[in-house]
Amino acid sequence: MAVQAFGGVLPLAERIIVLEKKWLSQKEFVEMMAVSQAIPGPNIVNLSLMLGDRFQGWRGAFASAMGCLSIPVVLVSILTLLFQTVSEHEITKGALLGMGAVSIGIVTAMGIRLLKSQAEFKLGWLALIGTVLAVGMMGMSLPMTILVFGLPAIGVRILQLRRAQSASRRDTTS
Amino acid sequence: MSFLIPEVGWDLIVEIFLKFLLLSLLATGGALSLAPAMHKYLVVEKGLLTDAQFIGSIALAQSAPGPNVLFVTVLGWQAAGFWGAVAMTVGCLIPSAVLAVYAGRKIVSNPHSVWMRGLREGLAPVAIGLIFATAIVLLKPWITEWRVWLLTIASISVAYFTRLAPIYLIAVGAAIGAFGFLNP
Repeated sequence: MAVQAFGGVLPLAERIIVLEKKWLSQKEFVEMMAVSQAIPGPNIVNLSLMLGDRFQGWRGAFASAMGCLSIPVVLVSILTLLFQTVSEHEITKGALLGMGAVSIGIVTAMGIRLLKSQAEFKLGWLALIGTVLAVGMMGMSLPMTILVFGLPAIGVRILQLRRAQSASRRDTTS
Repeated sequence: MSFLIPEVGWDLIVEIFLKFLLLSLLATGGALSLAPAMHKYLVVEKGLLTDAQFIGSIALAQSAPGPNVLFVTVLGWQAAGFWGAVAMTVGCLIPSAVLAVYAGRKIVSNPHSVWMRGLREGLAPVAIGLIFATAIVLLKPWITEWRVWLLTIASISVAYFTRLAPIYLIAVGAAIGAFGFLNP
């Protein structure tokens, strides 16, 4: 499956897992997706691990992650070694820089698209802008970033969600 | 079998492995959110890679099929050969793999609890912030090269406003660079 997926595996994974193979219902897929995003690590690999684990335990998880990674790892390694043999050439250097500039553009566009998901959590913008400045401009380390921006944001969000929950409970009882 | 002996010494391979093991636990929004931390470690602190090689690694990984996390494999190859690729890839995957299976068993029962939602939605702004920080960190060395900036801004707009597959955009970028349009 992973071999067909240029530029991200997720949309393809959904189509095959839910629509073609019917391993999970749409709802189960979305929930598993939610968990795989909440824990650290590459989302799609997390998802495949959980999916494999559900059907075959540890062995299934291992097989599923290998299925997701083995061929792409070999392909990307071959590509890297090919590029390395010609890496001193001016043309290769230019091409790599061009590819790099475009890749950064693609990643940034993804970031801009994700901004829409932050419409509801206003205070999150403080953490977002803080992270961009601290990491991008001042080179703050990752553990520090999680500590300074991540944990407060999680705390605030949990408080907000609890308040919303108790408010809606009050509405239904009154 | 010369590639079985690391070019940089086992000490460094083990150090890289442990470093990536720790980093992986903090990957809040997919592997790319680790890019600034990896850049700091591999380029600034260890000097194993140049800025151009780092940016090239992300480009190579994006132009091959498969999950984005594989840019770590490319970084590993370039920084320390075969064993570097193994150390970084495995180091990056083990902690999250263990967590994923564990979380899959325990938390799946209630992924919409306040705690899980709070964790996910609280970390989301940091994860998005890290994406933009990645762009800043990686483009900084080319801050005076307006052609590189122009290409990046152009690809942001095309990637944002169209559904074009990334591989075509990257191919265009490669062609532009190969013909020397980015040279100062």
